This record gives sequence, structure tokens and C-alpha cells, in this order.
Amino acid sequence: MLEIKNLSYEVQGEEGCLGILRDISLTIPDGKLVVVTGPNGGGKTTLARAIMGLVTPTAGQILWNGQDVTALGITQRAKAGISYAFQQPARFKGLRIGDLLELAAGTVLRHDEQCQYLTRVGLCANDYIDREMDASLSGGEVKRVEIATVLARRAPLMIFDEPEAGIDLWSFSQLTRTFRALHQEGDATLIIISHQERIIDLADDIVLLSQGRIAAQGPRGEILPRLLTDSSAPVERSCYGKKEAEYRG
Amino acid sequence: MDKTQWKLLKEIADLEKTPQGAYNFRVDGQLDDRRTTEHIDIVSKTDKPGIDILVKPGTKNESVHIPVVLSQTGLHDVVYNDFYIGEGAEVDIVAGCGIHNSGCETSQHDGIHVFHIGKGAKVRYVERHYGEGPGTGENVLNPRTEVYLEEGASITMEMTQIRGVDSTVRDTVCVVGPGGECVINEKLLTDGAQRAESNMEIVLDGAEATGRVVSRSVAKGESVQLFRPCMTGKAKSFGHVQCDSIIMDRAKIKSVPAIDAQDLDAQLIHEAAIGRIAGDQILKLLTLGLTEEEAEEKILEGFLR
Repeated sequence: MLEIKNLSYEVQGEEGCLGILRDISLTIPDGKLVVVTGPNGGGKTTLARAIMGLVTPTAGQILWNGQDVTALGITQRAKAGISYAFQQPARFKGLRIGDLLELAAGTVLRHDEQCQYLTRVGLCANDYIDREMDASLSGGEVKRVEIATVLARRAPLMIFDEPEAGIDLWSFSQLTRTFRALHQEGDATLIIISHQERIIDLADDIVLLSQGRIAAQGPRGEILPRLLTDSSAPVERSCYGKKEAEYRG
Repeated sequence: MDKTQWKLLKEIADLEKTPQGAYNFRVDGQLDDRRTTEHIDIVSKTDKPGIDILVKPGTKNESVHIPVVLSQTGLHDVVYNDFYIGEGAEVDIVAGCGIHNSGCETSQHDGIHVFHIGKGAKVRYVERHYGEGPGTGENVLNPRTEVYLEEGASITMEMTQIRGVDSTVRDTVCVVGPGGECVINEKLLTDGAQRAESNMEIVLDGAEATGRVVSRSVAKGESVQLFRPCMTGKAKSFGHVQCDSIIMDRAKIKSVPAIDAQDLDAQLIHEAAIGRIAGDQILKLLTLGLTEEEAEEKILEGFLR
């Protein structure tokens, strides 16, 4: 179970304090698929990165299976079973896709195992295993490899940050099938940041994040109709908003 | 050869026993062992140290190993090797030098290799340089490689220096004839107070000649690297020079790629980049459960593969 308690992340800007995450509390039971959605700049990626340890919150706690991981580094969290597919994946000169899958799995993988992970993200494995994860790959290809590395980790908590970005329609269908299958297998808790209705449709629960706060959360059946009919995300005044308003007079 | 010398041989040529095909082992400035084949002859020079390697026209799927091993401290070994590759031959040549220096004097090997590659012949040349030893004496390697490619001939050169060489000045010259191709993959790692200089001059000297240089290096510690690859197009030709370096600690790297077009239809490109290991690469590997040290090691290993 993932528990987030009163999590905040503030940075000091020229206009004063900027609340990226503000007092977020959230509990995600094991095996759930939760989609985090909301307007750009609402704090979705920061929340995901805070869970992985890529961002250090200024207040609050993150508990994973009862263990307080707030002070743990990225490596320790990874070893504790947390995984994260970056929104903008890194490229590596020299490291091959097969190498990355093996690093992710923490073991040597057979050819058919490597193929399986790549097929699940819509890549033809034989064309990719020996290719370098470098600038010769398109944005969509890099994104799919990134997702494959998280699949290869087989971690009990998988976080995907806008997995659909830059991915073509056919691969997108494959991806939604993969998320559905992962969810049905029930071995992992899935958090997917997405704006896509077809991904939101897979969710048990939806969290709507806006201006660093949870604007709404609940079962899909309850939240999704509201999202579809009410296009204006709930907006609250932030300290940044106040300062900005003052500045603009 | 003794155990230390075999270990060096393993490092530079991946050999644990005498290889298949032709070979010439040079140990501490002397011929140690040699084998020739029906198609490949190796002859000692009479006027200076070194050998002539003669590959008959049409030779296919054969290899020549010509490693050099130095385990005697203070030795300055200079060797002149000339390769004559016959028309249409396809051959792998594995060279390289390993130094074990257990004393306080400088051990140095200067290998001067000249390739004359006949029409349509294809050569794959692999050269690894390696140094080790508990001594305080420097390990110095100053290779000079000259390649002359006739019409339609090609060479792929894989030149690697990974560890233990305190000082190196590498000079490489390749003159590419019509329809010929020269591919150079250079990999270099320096650490501590090591110094490395690599000068390359590729001349595309005939219509449809092609040259590609990919140089990757890592400089750690307080080491210093200098790269000066120059690609000259004297005809309708294509040349590409790519230098990528990772800089670490207090190292210094200078890269001065040059392209020189002497024909309207010469198409030449150069790219050079020096930078530290990208932060997003480290972070990605941390999220896979690696420590920072392991992540760095994997990134460098891949970069210099």
C-alpha cells in the first residue's frame, strides 16, 4: 500500500514561495490502478517524482508498505520496489536497449524474455535489442523502451508518467492492452499520469490534481463523468497566484 | 612467453593460446613466435626492426595476429611493420601492444604501421593498447599508422586504449582512393596524470571515396586529452568526423576537428561534443536500482564499448 501524508513541495521563486505540491494526502491500496490527471503544471509529474525520490518534498511523508521512505534515496526506493517511467526518457550513447532491459531486470535475460518486454510496448524486438538507446531513436521509440524497462523491473509499484506522449495510434492500443493485462494480473500497483480518456478508462480510481492540490479523487465511475462534462479544472488561489495578482496590480 | 606476457596478450588480443591463421609475436623487442600460411607470408626486415606482411590477392576469411608485448622495464622498442594486401583480399589484422612495467624506467613502444591495400580489398584492423605494472616507470605508446587504399578498397580500424598507458601520441593517416572507404572507431580512456594525443588525417582522394571517424573518449582524474582529426575532400566524396568525450574530475580535453574541402562536390561534416555524464542518465539507472558508482560505470562501459 502506498500512503502519502500531507505532502508539500515548495520552491522559492522571484515572486516568493511557489507551491508545486500542497498538502497532498492519498492512499493507494495494493493492486489498484490509479490515474492521476489534471491540467498542465498541476503537480502530477512532481508527485510521481517525489514518490520515486527524484524530488525531495518540503513537508509530509511517503509510506510504502508501511515503511517511511521519505528520507530514502532513489536507489533504495528502487530496491524497495518502486519504479518510474520518465516522461522524458534519457538517451545513452553506447548503451543498448537489451543492456537497459537487463539492468532493469537485474539479471541476464534470455532473448525471448527481452522480446516479450518489447512486444508489450509495440516494438518488434529483433529490430531493437541491439540498437543503442541514442539519438537515432524517435521520441516514440524511446518512450516505449522506457516503459519496457519498467515492465522488466517487475516492481510492485509502477509509475508511468504520460506514457502515451509521442506514441502512435497502433502502439497506443498495444500499450492500453498491456496496462489492462498488468492490472488484471494484479501483481503490481499502477499509477499512470495521463490525459487520455482510454487510459483513464482503465482506472479503478482517478485523482485530479490542480494547482498542486487534489481537486477531486474517487472511483472512476464517479469522477470520470465530471471530468468529461466539466472542462474547467477546479482552481484555487495559490501563494504564487496571490503574488502574481499583486504584481499585475 | 611467461605468465605475465600471456596475460598481456589476453588483454590486447584476447588470446589464451596461439591463434588460428598467421601470427607474429614480438616480445621485449625480439621475435618470439611466428606462423605463416599458404596465403599470408610474414618476412623480417633486414634493414630495420619490423616485418613485412604479405597477403596474396583473393585471400578470404583469414586473419593475422601481430601483437607486441613488453615486460622488460626501460625498453624502448621501435618497430616498422608494412602490410601489402593483394587485390580482392579480405583479411582481419589484430595488432596492439601490452606493457608490464615493474621498474622505475620508462617502457616505450613505437609501432609504425604502413598499409598498402590493393583494389577491392577489405581489411579489418583491430589495435588495443594496454599498460600495467607496479613500477613507477611510465608506459608510453606512440603508434603511427598510415593507410593507402586503392580503388574500391576499404579498411575498418578499431583502435582502443583503455587502461594503464601514461603517455600516447597517436598519428593516423589514411589516403582513400576512388570508391574506397576508411572507417575509424577510436576509443580512449585516460586517468590519473595520463596524457593522450590523437592526430588523424584522412584524405578522400578519389571520386566516391568515403571516410568516417567516430572517436569516443573518457578523461578522468587529472588526465589530459587532445584530438585533432582532419578530413580532407579532394574529390566528390563524403566524410564525417564525430568526436564525443566525457570529462570527469579535474581532467582536460581539447578537441579540434577540421574539415577541408578541395572539391565542389566534397561533402564533409564534423561534430564534436565534450561534457560530463548527463544527469538524466544517472537518474534513470538509479531508478533501476543501481548505485551512483554502478550507474557511472555502466554508462562509461557502454560509451566505450
